[in-house]
Amino acid sequence: MSRVPARGTRRADPQYAGHALHAEWTKARTAGGTIWLLLAVIAATVAVGSAVATATRCPAAGCGQDPAKASLSGIDLGQAVVAILAVLAIGGEYGTGMILLTLTAIPRRTTMLAAKAAILTGLVMVASTVAVLGSLLAGRLILPGHGFIPAHGYPLLSLADGPYLRAAAGSVLYLGLVGLLGLGIATAIRDSAVAIGVVLGLLYLFPVAAAAVANPHWQRHLEQIAPMSAGLAIQATTGLRGVPISPWAGLGVLAAWAAGAMLAGGLLLRLRDA
Amino acid sequence: MTVTPYQSRLREGPYGFADLLHAEWTKFRTVRGWIIAVIVGGLAIVAFALAPSQQGSCNVSGCSAPVGPGGEEVSDSFYFVHQPLAGNGSITVRVTSLTGQIPVPVPGAAMRAGLVPWAKAGIIIKASTSPGSAYAAMMVTGSHGVRMQYDFTQDRPGIPGAVSATSPRWLRLTRSGDTITGYDSADGTHWAQVGTATLAGLPQVAQVGLFTTSPQYLQTSLGEASISGGPSVATGVFDHVGLSWPRGAWAGDNVGGSSPGNTAGSSQAAGTFTVTGTGDIAPVVSGGGGAGVSIAQTLVGTFAGLIVLVVVGAMFMTAEYRRRLIRVTLTAAPRRGRVLAAKAVIIGGVTFGAGLVSAAIAVILGQRVLRGNGAYVYPASALTQVRVIVGTAAVLAVTAVIALAIGTILRRGIGAVAVVVVVIVLPYMFTVAAPILPPGPADWLLRLSPAAAFAVQQTLIQYPQVTNTYTAAYGYYPLPPWAGLAVLCAWAALALSLAVFLLRRRDA
Repeated sequence: MSRVPARGTRRADPQYAGHALHAEWTKARTAGGTIWLLLAVIAATVAVGSAVATATRCPAAGCGQDPAKASLSGIDLGQAVVAILAVLAIGGEYGTGMILLTLTAIPRRTTMLAAKAAILTGLVMVASTVAVLGSLLAGRLILPGHGFIPAHGYPLLSLADGPYLRAAAGSVLYLGLVGLLGLGIATAIRDSAVAIGVVLGLLYLFPVAAAAVANPHWQRHLEQIAPMSAGLAIQATTGLRGVPISPWAGLGVLAAWAAGAMLAGGLLLRLRDA
Repeated sequence: MTVTPYQSRLREGPYGFADLLHAEWTKFRTVRGWIIAVIVGGLAIVAFALAPSQQGSCNVSGCSAPVGPGGEEVSDSFYFVHQPLAGNGSITVRVTSLTGQIPVPVPGAAMRAGLVPWAKAGIIIKASTSPGSAYAAMMVTGSHGVRMQYDFTQDRPGIPGAVSATSPRWLRLTRSGDTITGYDSADGTHWAQVGTATLAGLPQVAQVGLFTTSPQYLQTSLGEASISGGPSVATGVFDHVGLSWPRGAWAGDNVGGSSPGNTAGSSQAAGTFTVTGTGDIAPVVSGGGGAGVSIAQTLVGTFAGLIVLVVVGAMFMTAEYRRRLIRVTLTAAPRRGRVLAAKAVIIGGVTFGAGLVSAAIAVILGQRVLRGNGAYVYPASALTQVRVIVGTAAVLAVTAVIALAIGTILRRGIGAVAVVVVVIVLPYMFTVAAPILPPGPADWLLRLSPAAAFAVQQTLIQYPQVTNTYTAAYGYYPLPPWAGLAVLCAWAALALSLAVFLLRRRDA
């Protein structure tokens, strides 16, 4: 494989990007696992969210529970499936040697990665929207029976409510960013099994470590920089004064992680032989 | 010139299990990435233990608690009406009332009448009035009847039921050398022995008298998110105080110091003593009001090491499928179940060894770091520490074997890694790290899911005589240590069985 990407005359040709997008879309559409993984994102998210909502109780006013967080806790599992999808988007190509063909067809590597990112993000966001809406609907049906009623300070879960809309839209964005994080890391690492270990470690280790740290100062800092803890701050609808990081700033932290991963992945893709 | 035909120095087949082990060990050893990964996994466990964030909450708030005769951190604060007793002797008293006040959840509001379950009023023989000194006591309690307690951790039940003017309780303590015997009676004539305490090194002159105390009020009925509470106060009324020695002057003291707004004190009128106190005479427990950390904290890095070893365990099998090496392997050793067994032994052995070394370093050095940072580490016996270290190594090894089995089932590294990480980490997250489930469902998840195995890291002791939030979120697992590990082993057995079944049935 050539170290220097071919520089055609159609450098600024929007058609070139269009072809790359079309190629990635065809691959994503025809690969056997894609549709099942997308359905798994929805199933895992809604199932875990409904189970947690079923287990949650609010027996009196001031119980301190967050109905949006409880309903959307399935994201904790759904993100793992999104990570698999993202890692496979490029790791699968390295595993089968398909990447050689892909880069022969689209020598401009950044364009190829951008096209992959666009298709992946689109697919993940569509599945996430269904998953989030399904989880909130389940929460809306289950939670009022468990004490989440206006008398206890909880209006019915509704997207017309500002904080709930933020939690819902933010969760969709969260899963999209997790996808980009996974794609960037897999591009840098090239081995699917190692890449998924790194992605899941990055997501799950911070909250586990933060919980075990007794020093509240360190705990707060860990939760401010962790991609998962900070990113999921977007789901908070109650007790916003006590959270370590505000909702949108938290999602920004995850966005920074995803951008860093994509940057590292893109740079290594350009510099290395395939 | 004669040519010697080539002859392989390898033995003729069929190969035994030892040969299979040797073959798998060679495969493992010669992949540099796997060796590096095992070392990285071990180092991660150690690195987390030595991180500068390893501090207790204690040195932030500047707390410190007295240490009891057994070396454990204790609460020792109560109101004490006492006089010295030289040598042997006996004290008898009748308790006619125990009432109290508990806080209401509204800030600034006055307390309401109520009694916490372990409010205590009774008689005590104590080495001195300094907190943490040895003692033995007979007492009536809020809702646990008459108890004999001594040296903070020991608790023996006496007459059940609540105390009142119509149903008083008679209590007696008798000292004979280092031995103190406690008796109770409902009428002052028929006595029953409740227990015997041996207080090694009890000084010749001990302090003897009446006491009342009342621990923190904890409201935990709403689950994790809403633990509320605060100090409570109890008042005990005593009469028929009988001493076997010439009565001296009574002195009143707040043992353990007086906090602001403390209403403790005593009054005496016509042989009736009214003693009001707050605090507790009990071991300090980790939990809502706990101040220390357990040695499990030195093993935070277990998860980091675990994820690395899961990747290695899964790839030990999936790499064979990816490189088609599996065909060579199964041609050389057609008995597929034994191939998987050999692989399981190698990956289990390697990860157990790496886990053992790194967990031992983490626990031993990590405790030093914590203590050096001024944190209070709950003591654990040498045997308990060995259990934690060996158990942690076993958790890592069994999990790596599960990853191997799932890798055999799925034949894809990515799926195997994701499945194993999720089934171990997610139940732990939902119950211990970021508890989103209420205690009931959380306990069930920690009985059934692979995360049950982290019970091997529990060193905290659950004292029935101390009200506390004994939930997984505070480090109290529903299963005993080895039972938790057995749950993980059951999952491993299940995964291995399915893996052997599929490996035999499917084409490679």
